[in-house]
Amino acid sequence: MSDITARAAPPPPTAADNLKFYGLWAAVAIFLLVLPKVFGSGGALTTFSLIGISIIFALSYNILLGQTGMLSFGHAVYYGLGGFLVIHAINIIGGNKWAIPLPLVPLIGGLTGLAFAILLGWVSTQRSGTAFAMISLGVAELVASSALILRTFFGGEAGISANRTKLLSVFGWNFGPQIQIYYLVAAWTLICMIAMYALTRTPLGRMCNAVRDNPERVQFVGYDPHVVRYIAFCFSGFFAGIAGSLAAINFEIANSAYLGAVQSGTVLFAAYIGGIGFFIGPIVGAIFVTLLSLGLSDLTHVWQLYFGLFFIVVVMYAPGGITGLLMMHRPLIRGGTLGRVLPSYLVALVPTLALMIGLMLGIESIVHYTMNPMEDPNVKAFGIPFNAANPVTWAVALVLIVGGFSIARMTWKRAAVAWDEALTTARAKELAA
Amino acid sequence: MLELVVISTLNGILFGMLLFLMASGLTVIFSMLGVLNFAHASFYMLGAFFGFQVSRWFGFWPALLIAPLLAGIIGAGVERFGLRRVHRNGHVAELLFTFGLAFAIEEVVQIIWGKSPVDFRVPASLDFPAFTIFSTNYPAYKMFMLLVSIGIFLALLLVLKRTRVGMIVQAALTHPHMVGHLGHNVGRIFMMVFGVGTALAAVAGVIAGPALVTQSNMAGLLGPILFVVVVVGGLGSLPGAFIASLLIGLVQTFAVSMNGSLSEVFGPMHPPGWPISGTSLSRRSRRSCPMCCWC
Repeated sequence: MSDITARAAPPPPTAADNLKFYGLWAAVAIFLLVLPKVFGSGGALTTFSLIGISIIFALSYNILLGQTGMLSFGHAVYYGLGGFLVIHAINIIGGNKWAIPLPLVPLIGGLTGLAFAILLGWVSTQRSGTAFAMISLGVAELVASSALILRTFFGGEAGISANRTKLLSVFGWNFGPQIQIYYLVAAWTLICMIAMYALTRTPLGRMCNAVRDNPERVQFVGYDPHVVRYIAFCFSGFFAGIAGSLAAINFEIANSAYLGAVQSGTVLFAAYIGGIGFFIGPIVGAIFVTLLSLGLSDLTHVWQLYFGLFFIVVVMYAPGGITGLLMMHRPLIRGGTLGRVLPSYLVALVPTLALMIGLMLGIESIVHYTMNPMEDPNVKAFGIPFNAANPVTWAVALVLIVGGFSIARMTWKRAAVAWDEALTTARAKELAA
Repeated sequence: MLELVVISTLNGILFGMLLFLMASGLTVIFSMLGVLNFAHASFYMLGAFFGFQVSRWFGFWPALLIAPLLAGIIGAGVERFGLRRVHRNGHVAELLFTFGLAFAIEEVVQIIWGKSPVDFRVPASLDFPAFTIFSTNYPAYKMFMLLVSIGIFLALLLVLKRTRVGMIVQAALTHPHMVGHLGHNVGRIFMMVFGVGTALAAVAGVIAGPALVTQSNMAGLLGPILFVVVVVGGLGSLPGAFIASLLIGLVQTFAVSMNGSLSEVFGPMHPPGWPISGTSLSRRSRRSCPMCCWC
């Protein structure tokens, strides 16, 4: 018996593997330390803080969706409740002058998220799939509407605010300036990333994957899928609470938008666009979505429409998300055949860009006509000036959309064939070696 | 009290029938795809806005026909070019696709018609009191809504239970492979069912638009109620959806109309000197209720 287990266990990691693994985390830590030295402006620091919060939140969401196969539409409940509790906690700690420094406060939010996940999770995780999605939606509605009704705790529509600088200062840091908040968020992001990565490596993490893939088989092996889902749900609630409390500390306010459907939708978008199949996926997605929402909202009024369309495109054409697309090329890089697919990608990129430009032209012209028809038709979107009243603009948009779409379809099919061939060659090389 | 009961029952049945127009499509689409269509309430909203726009150009009656047709065509297109492709990637991808679609449709509606409510009026030919009951004038338009929904309900029942098309659709929902082997184009049947389901939701939108508020958040307000109806009725069950629609319609209408009178009933029992908390509560629930102008 012990013979079999010994053989089934993977070989212990070599020194080089260990170095690579710990080196990666050390590199991330150094990167986070150096980042504000390179981009030191206030706007950049706020952006980095938001990205860090978003990373924790998206990773906690992926414990549910990516690792345990539970699609939640109400993850913001734990994020928001963590945020509210932390604001109350800061007020109480500051009022009573207790010796609790701010860096420990997110733990309160995490425990709040955990407590509510323990409370609500047992019922929600009875079943996976559509039933879980519907229950999470119902719980989200319930909490979001009670946030507006229970005014003393949630502060109604205005929300409640706190002053984070009133707390005990550590090493002379009172967490007033944004740079100190950045380091706080960065530290918590690193801790949470390591903790959640470690979680995927534990037997529990492996059982979560098993429950996602084949719950019936899990029952045969002797585990209760419900319990596994419940524990995963609790962990997810804990980390969501930490993310929410960091957001509350960053903005010094918590309002009902923290708990709302938009927040739940955003984290779902971030995790899925990044790719739920890999640990790094939600990190990529959180960075991408935060930058996109901040950048696009400066460029155009209707950035949410572009965002929605982009999400639909990802769901339709790249179900693995951005990371999934990149990971598809790992065997090609290993086999040394990546060079063969790149030309066909470049060819396909041209009509795709044309299609995108056409869509933007069309959408921005329509927006101009419906939102402010009286104003000057020479509008500027994405930094490109054009005349929305000019029929030439309309014709160009139409040609770009129709032509771009049909040619893009053809060229992407070619690209898929090229990728297939490159993969076959790479595999053949691997076998020969 | 009797007046309240009678009027609320009428309103409740009406709201229930409207809910059923939407829930019937949603529940049939569920048994077809195996996932709930998040964008279903969005098609209801599209129906209302198309109805508003077409009735501006050609009048209300053409709108009643054209708007559902347009929404149905869009729905069929979504199934043919979107969902059928996503189907390969599993249920989660399908659910997310409809989620993203609902998001995008709301944005598009906001771009075209703005965020504030549009002025969608009851047509002049129906703008009179149908009958007077306990000194309350009951509007003819509401009777018209009731008749339209009951008419569509009966037509749907007849088509599904008594015609060949209905038989094939029913068979395709439970045994798509067998129906395919018998030589029917299952893909086309699914596309048609999706189109008809969304068109029904759009009919509900057109007839409810003038009575309720036609606004870009109407899909978001109604969506959760619709899910409750479909889940309470049993996912995929048409008779269940019918009963649940009526039940939810009645419960909601009664809850809203009773809300004000509850504090009167318990008024004397209220300890003197305590703040009366009922008022702010009832005002809030009234505002978040999608039937706000009915009560």
